[in-house]
Amino acid sequence: MPEADVRLDRVTKRFGSFTAVDELSLEVPEGEFFSLLGPSGCGKTTTLRMIGGFEEVTSGTISLGDEDVTDLPPFKRATNTVFQNYALFPHLTVFENIAFGLRRRKTPIGEIRRQVASMLKLVELPGYEERRPNQVSGGQQQRVALARALINNPRVLLLDEPLGALDLKLRKQMQVELKRIQSEIGITFIFVTHDQEEAMTMSDRIAVMRAGRIEQLGAPEELYERPRSEFVAGFLGVSNLLDGDVAERDGELVQIRLANGVIIRAPAAATNGATKVRVGIRPEKLRVVHQGAEAASDTAETNGLDGTVFDASYVGVSTQYLVKTADGHTLTVYAQNLTSGASEALSEGQRVRLTWNPQHTFVIDDEGRVESAAPLEEESTT
Amino acid sequence: MLGWLRHHKGVVPYLFLLPGGLWLIVFFVLPLLTTASVALQEGSLASGYRLTFNFGIFPEAIGRWDTQLLRSLQYGLIVTVLAMLIGYPMAYTIAFRGGRYKNILLLLVILPFFTSFIIRTISWKFILADQGFILGTLKEIGILDQGFRLLATPIAVISGITYNFLPFVVLPLYVALERIDPRLIEAATDLYASRFQAFLRVTLPLSISGVFAASLLSFIPAVGDYLNAELLGSRNETMIGNVIQRLFLVNRDYPEAAALSLILMAGILVSIFFYSRLLRGQELTI
Repeated sequence: MPEADVRLDRVTKRFGSFTAVDELSLEVPEGEFFSLLGPSGCGKTTTLRMIGGFEEVTSGTISLGDEDVTDLPPFKRATNTVFQNYALFPHLTVFENIAFGLRRRKTPIGEIRRQVASMLKLVELPGYEERRPNQVSGGQQQRVALARALINNPRVLLLDEPLGALDLKLRKQMQVELKRIQSEIGITFIFVTHDQEEAMTMSDRIAVMRAGRIEQLGAPEELYERPRSEFVAGFLGVSNLLDGDVAERDGELVQIRLANGVIIRAPAAATNGATKVRVGIRPEKLRVVHQGAEAASDTAETNGLDGTVFDASYVGVSTQYLVKTADGHTLTVYAQNLTSGASEALSEGQRVRLTWNPQHTFVIDDEGRVESAAPLEEESTT
Repeated sequence: MLGWLRHHKGVVPYLFLLPGGLWLIVFFVLPLLTTASVALQEGSLASGYRLTFNFGIFPEAIGRWDTQLLRSLQYGLIVTVLAMLIGYPMAYTIAFRGGRYKNILLLLVILPFFTSFIIRTISWKFILADQGFILGTLKEIGILDQGFRLLATPIAVISGITYNFLPFVVLPLYVALERIDPRLIEAATDLYASRFQAFLRVTLPLSISGVFAASLLSFIPAVGDYLNAELLGSRNETMIGNVIQRLFLVNRDYPEAAALSLILMAGILVSIFFYSRLLRGQELTI
């Protein structure tokens, strides 16, 4: 990992008796697109505001590079922020909004003009200099806010739900745009969102937050494929969870006996030595086969569960089935609609077998809470 | 009627304006015309008045009462500046730091209005009295000279007017400041503005409409005020309001009183005109 650009060391923020951020430690390397993801009230925005200097920390330290900025006001930090709802200055033109930071730093006007022009080009808004913020659309305001922050060449750009106010189509477009701009200028982005898809699309790494702590931190794929807690599994999409006990090890795999007696296999590394576990499978990893046809697809390397289809809904790219197992669990299955027409479709009441690759099984330690992911484990023990 | 309105929707706004419009015609436009007409009449109570279009009354009145006219404008200006210096920090604190006490604090601001203007000003007379409990005590312990007085000085009159019109300054400023998104100030500090620069570049320009309203609401009544000068001042603090009141009610020189009223109005309008020009240079848009 390259040298950390942003480092939070056991940062805590309390508002009265409420702990918004709880002993949070975090390291973001230079040039990374890093997201703080979580439901509202999980402390993600407070964390971002502490990095920007808008909230004082109750305890802990924040550094940018080698500099401890914990007690510095926002105007002395090498961070700039894109605020939720943009916070553009309504009394200033687009030009003056973008030039605000340079003007405060007494940049010569010729230089300001040059830089504003190149920023407007970067965010694809040339010709909008003399408009007022209320004379441009939401998506354009978003770009102005981005240009206003980026023109100052921050070490780290902080983004507080910047796409939240845009409609879906524009949001998708801006996601791509943001990613392009980030790779073009190469600075660290810290992005706060409650939208898991948005975080997964754009981020190099994501910290999933819950109740002021990081629940799990990792690359989007890692979080999705190998969530370490039920919360992360549920927040990053639909998952099917079943209780079981670790039975015996079988090479790279481990056998897990489910409550109904069925034995399935999961990657041994995933269990972390726990014995009482919950196993999870993402709905798109499940394959539905008619019972009786299992001989063809069921092999020793496959996990399988029997059940009955009780709901099928067609959603375009896929069909969602709800399958009830004999002991009453409901599993969700997404079956891709590879061919058109209903020939493939399963009807309600049909008895089916669900099969999946053991490698696609994730395991959640069920004995108490999973230790919240501590990315600075080495540091925090010193 | 309702059916007719349904097809003539454009009329509805005018209907809504009708009561207020009538009120203003009866109680503002007509008295104003009457005042203008009285100013241009000549005569006496005994012999009766006739409209002679005596425009010479205006330069005459100005010549006779120029000291009081200028003093009124000058006091009005000082009061407005003072009230702004006291009221702006007050309104700012209530708007940005008031939290859940906002409404209570605002209530406290207007609480003095629950008693009459005269009673409040008379209490000031007691507070500022030469041997009252403040000056008396300070003289007793030797901090102030026995001869020191506040009553019957410009300080007393100006403080009295400032006190009386302070809520008119605080309320519009509060309304303007309360509307400002605190995130704009955060954004300014994020963009290398110190807190003072953020105030100068963001908060102040965004509250300028409130500053304008507050100045009018203190300047206009302050210039025309006579009660404070009457109760707290001496002959040397006489304002144009006192002159008009005396001409109307004591001397019964109606034309001159009416002319002075119009001159005062014109003076205020001209001052406001220049003031609004001055503020327009600032970014007046919200």
